Amino acid sequence: MTTYAILTEDLRKTFGGTVAVDGVDLAVPAGTVYGVLGPNGAGKTTTMRMLATLVRPTSGRARVFGHDVAAEADAVRARISLTGQYASVDGELTGAQNLTLMGRLLGHRHRAAVRRARELLTVFGLEEAADRQVKRYSGGMRRRLDIAAGIVVTPALVFLDEPTTGLDPRSRGQVWDAVRALTDGGTTVLLTTQYLEEADRLADRLAVIDRGRVIATGTPAELKQSVGAGALRVRVQDADRRDEAERILADVLAQPVHHDDDPAALSARLVDPDRAGAALRAFTHAGIEVSALSVGQPSLDEVFLALTGHHARPDTAEEPLS
Amino acid sequence: MSIVPVPTTAPSADPLRSALASGARPARPGAAAVTLAFGWLALLRIKHVPSQLFDVTVFPLIMLVMFTYLFGGALAGSTGDYLRSVLPGILVMTVTMTTQSTGVALNTDIGDGVFDRFRSLPIWQPAALIGPLLADLVRYATSAAVVVGAGTLLGFRPNAGPLGLLAGAGLVLLFAWSLSWVWTSFGLLARRPESMMFIGMLVTFPLTFVSNVFVDPATLPGWLERCVEVNPVTHLVTATRGLMHGEPVAAQVGIVLLTCAGMVAVFAPVTMRLYRRER
Ligand SMILES: Nc1ncnc2c1ncn2[C@@H]1O[C@H](COP(=O)(O)OP(=O)(O)O)[C@@H](O)[C@H]1O
Ligand SMILES: [Mg+2]
Repeated sequence: MTTYAILTEDLRKTFGGTVAVDGVDLAVPAGTVYGVLGPNGAGKTTTMRMLATLVRPTSGRARVFGHDVAAEADAVRARISLTGQYASVDGELTGAQNLTLMGRLLGHRHRAAVRRARELLTVFGLEEAADRQVKRYSGGMRRRLDIAAGIVVTPALVFLDEPTTGLDPRSRGQVWDAVRALTDGGTTVLLTTQYLEEADRLADRLAVIDRGRVIATGTPAELKQSVGAGALRVRVQDADRRDEAERILADVLAQPVHHDDDPAALSARLVDPDRAGAALRAFTHAGIEVSALSVGQPSLDEVFLALTGHHARPDTAEEPLS
Repeated sequence: MSIVPVPTTAPSADPLRSALASGARPARPGAAAVTLAFGWLALLRIKHVPSQLFDVTVFPLIMLVMFTYLFGGALAGSTGDYLRSVLPGILVMTVTMTTQSTGVALNTDIGDGVFDRFRSLPIWQPAALIGPLLADLVRYATSAAVVVGAGTLLGFRPNAGPLGLLAGAGLVLLFAWSLSWVWTSFGLLARRPESMMFIGMLVTFPLTFVSNVFVDPATLPGWLERCVEVNPVTHLVTATRGLMHGEPVAAQVGIVLLTCAGMVAVFAPVTMRLYRRER
């Protein structure tokens, strides 16, 4: 029988008139990485905050390792750790002091807390910055410290809210390594992300949410299959000929073609990867010069389009990682 | 578009795995241990932001020197006599005025992600508020020590000696600590630190100036005299003077203790409620 780290039933949350979470059912098997994928405002943070006992559900139920988040908050808190979307460490304190504080709050004596702090700072490559105030850290260093603060005591379930939004590729890779190490040790990870690629690399299963509702669940492979093999992106040399290129592309791929903000760029779902070559030949035949052509995984927007028939909401401008 | 390469410079996975393996959870900490940890946090923040110490060192000094020399001679004939009655008053005033920064600090910090982390820990939650209030006692004590120390240099000699001095200062600290709970409530209610500061001024100024800190209430017009008489700060000043000079002030001390109990009884639960409120 599967043990579930998280089970929710028709979970809802409204803030005044805003419906933030609109009936979410999640089943997260223990020991897995579960991704929650969705654009800004989809309700990812609110869902996570309900599961982490910070916000009371308006209705519905949520259990963490069998404990109700509303009625048994303490039992839930003893099994989780939360690394929020915005830095959950104190900027005035040094890295070492932040981790020592966490150790003491979790029950270590001062000495043991200091020792544990040093150990984690070394593991996360922060030993040189140990005695520097966190407000002088780079975004990547702060994120690493943030994750370290969440594992001072190894929790059974870790919540990571958009752990890599705004990070450079190197820091992103380090966060991913940490997630894999956590699951190797048996910890369950629930992570939210706006990037399909991240969900694809880390998550065993994922839920796509939009406007507070789960619109698809499954393994990343299942999800991508439902969207198509990937996306073809084309940039034409002469922006004036983009309309012409669009018609050609629509013809060859038999798919709707999207415009990017870039006036010379086009993209379309690619069901059969072989059709990319055909598209290139058709452009050459028509005398349209192509400055870039790439085949990639579908973007989140393309997943959305495929799943919902509408684009991800326009307010997807990235929030600053404070 | 293209896949981001996984860097090879990432921390090697094995130390991370062994660090996770050694992260056993210790026994759940008691309320006192957690409160002390939060107090330690607050003291560290004072250390990192020393400007917080300005209003408990320089400000009381300026007040004491200014009121002693600027108004002292004019009001009582000699600075020594004036200091006898005004020093306890200035002590009360400076300490009372520094209490509101508790609310401002809480208002600034509460929206921080770090408080979300605290609120999701399996700990005795009031500690997150009581810890910093204990650290505030250190700030208030510093302020009191500055006033008393400088006053002694200027010629302040309490009749009741060091014990009376301690008793008086202790009462002032207790009052300040109890009043801090009022500010934590407002700090959690206010939308911005500036509005908290404004409320703080609005309450603190009349509370400290419409009192017997500087003047004898008998010299005031009747309506103002009555305001002064009901002001708890007036009772605190009278009680502090009495304790320091060995005069009988049991009634005033009683009123002050009741006021303190009242403030804590009302505002500590309000603060906790507001703290638990979702945001
Ligand atoms: N405390 C709050 N008060 C009012 N509205 C909120 C609050 N928190 C979130 N919302 C709203 O709920 C919706 C979902 O937000 P959120 O859970 O933060 O989404 P996400 O994390 O996916 O970006 C948004 O429309 C947001 O404006
Ligand atoms: Mg969010």
